[in-house]
Amino acid sequence: MSEIPTDSVGLVSPRTVHFDTPLALACGKTLPAYDLVYETYGTLNAERSNAVLICHALSGHHHAAGYHSHDDRKPGWWEAHIGPGKSIDTNRFFVVSLNNLGGCHGSTGPTSHNPATGRQWGPEFPMVTVSDWVHSQARLADRLGIERFAAVIGGSLGGMQALQWSLTYPERVANVVVIAATPKLSAQNIAFNEVAREAIRSDTDFHDGWYAEHNTVPRRGLKLARMVGHITYLSEDAMGSKFGRDLRSDDLNFGYDVEFQVESYLRYQGDSFSTAFDANTYLLMTKALDYFDPAAAHGGALAPALAPSKCPFLVVSFTSDWRFPPSRSRELADALVRAGKPVSYINIESPHGHDAFLLPEPRYQAVFSAFMSRAAEELGLEERT
Amino acid sequence: MMRTDLELIYRWVPEKAHVLDLACGDGTLLAALARNKKVTGYGLEIDPQGITACLHKGVNVIEQNLDGGLSNFQDDSYDLVIMTQALQTLRRPDLMLDEMLRVARECIITFPNFAYWRHRVHLGIRGYMPVSKSLPHAWYDTPNIHLSTFNDFEHLCREKGLVITDRAVGIGEREGHWATRIWPNLFGEIAIFRVGRRHR
Repeated sequence: MSEIPTDSVGLVSPRTVHFDTPLALACGKTLPAYDLVYETYGTLNAERSNAVLICHALSGHHHAAGYHSHDDRKPGWWEAHIGPGKSIDTNRFFVVSLNNLGGCHGSTGPTSHNPATGRQWGPEFPMVTVSDWVHSQARLADRLGIERFAAVIGGSLGGMQALQWSLTYPERVANVVVIAATPKLSAQNIAFNEVAREAIRSDTDFHDGWYAEHNTVPRRGLKLARMVGHITYLSEDAMGSKFGRDLRSDDLNFGYDVEFQVESYLRYQGDSFSTAFDANTYLLMTKALDYFDPAAAHGGALAPALAPSKCPFLVVSFTSDWRFPPSRSRELADALVRAGKPVSYINIESPHGHDAFLLPEPRYQAVFSAFMSRAAEELGLEERT
Repeated sequence: MMRTDLELIYRWVPEKAHVLDLACGDGTLLAALARNKKVTGYGLEIDPQGITACLHKGVNVIEQNLDGGLSNFQDDSYDLVIMTQALQTLRRPDLMLDEMLRVARECIITFPNFAYWRHRVHLGIRGYMPVSKSLPHAWYDTPNIHLSTFNDFEHLCREKGLVITDRAVGIGEREGHWATRIWPNLFGEIAIFRVGRRHR
């Protein structure tokens, strides 16, 4: 990477903010103090009315757009949608993107030092939920002087946080965008998460979560977890057209080494993830997914659970997503309609499965930017040139 | 400047009504109703350009195919259901009429009148399927699979025991020429009906 594209936010660097007001968590425990690492793109206006919060998905982090250095091979994970002239237009909006609590990219999590024990938190890091994240994000907003977000936006697990924002802090969010998400996980979703967790826990290097003290990492477990996860992120068609039954060599070799291209791809994905991600964080974040269910407190009825929400929603799904299929987004949109809340629901034709939310796609970009520019007009935000 | 049928519907919709607009197009009607009459509600649309235009206008739009029915909308959850120029494209217009009057007590429907005199000239004298401003497609690529006339629709409403509370016709840019009031089935290019549930 030598030339940074002109439609990129360019070079960015993360910042860390420390909080020493204890945070009471849904699990009953309290986090006495914590750090959150975040990045911002664009400029906060004088009225502080143009801030947008980006919530990340299962394996995401704060680096959503731009480059950390000229040597970076890849930009942030949502470069397709954040930047000047893009759906989340940094000429208009001030974008805040953080690494969630319990993460492994700089915010306080299982790999952080626990002052109470003198050890790493490891498996003792308290379970955090989507609601806990939203509370911690609100504190970050306080620190940045943002009273109300112009929009809170997220895909997948990030979409759940965006939804939760409208319920927990309805006065503090003007628009919500929920992409490729679901109002709760299905039994099948939880089952896949459990396979991933079991893969990690059954790795002999896991040591009940104390692997760091044994100077090791449950690499095989993490790799397997990621391989299973990755299958659910792609569609059958996407896998078929990407790999088909292509072989690595010309002939079958009647063994268990990698033969098909798809095997090679999955192993590569698993391997690179296993060296970059923390196992305890993965366990924790999959549990946050499993637990999310705002309707539970209302006997399973979603519409009454959405009563506190006050802002317009954009709900987007993708036709080939089978992890959180269109029917799940539809469920959320229908419940918002029943609750009489302003909502638009769009189902984008895409062959890319769940991963489609990360990728550029003309119609996806058209509806996303239409919603965002309308939001900017409603808030009287001017374009900075 | 709105289409003639939209102008008329705009006048018929009461202030602060909660409205469902089936095949809402680019959201022109809902946007005007929301702005000037404090009307709330949702538009249903499947055309990508229409949907994007709705989002630009701040109209709540749900991507939904009408042939799948309205089962996701509850009984009596709206004051009014509107459907402009879509009835003739549906697989079962009669069932949609039932669905519309399940969701609301009243509905407004507009469709191209197949018995419009120009259409009759096309078919009756020249022997070709009509092509006009209200029916712009050729027979082989038309989305209009259930064309009907002003009289046909009245007949269907009568059969279902529905109450027609208002009717009007549009011709081109204008509406309500005296001849259209006397012979709507002949001189009306666009049929506009306001229909309520059957008397019990």
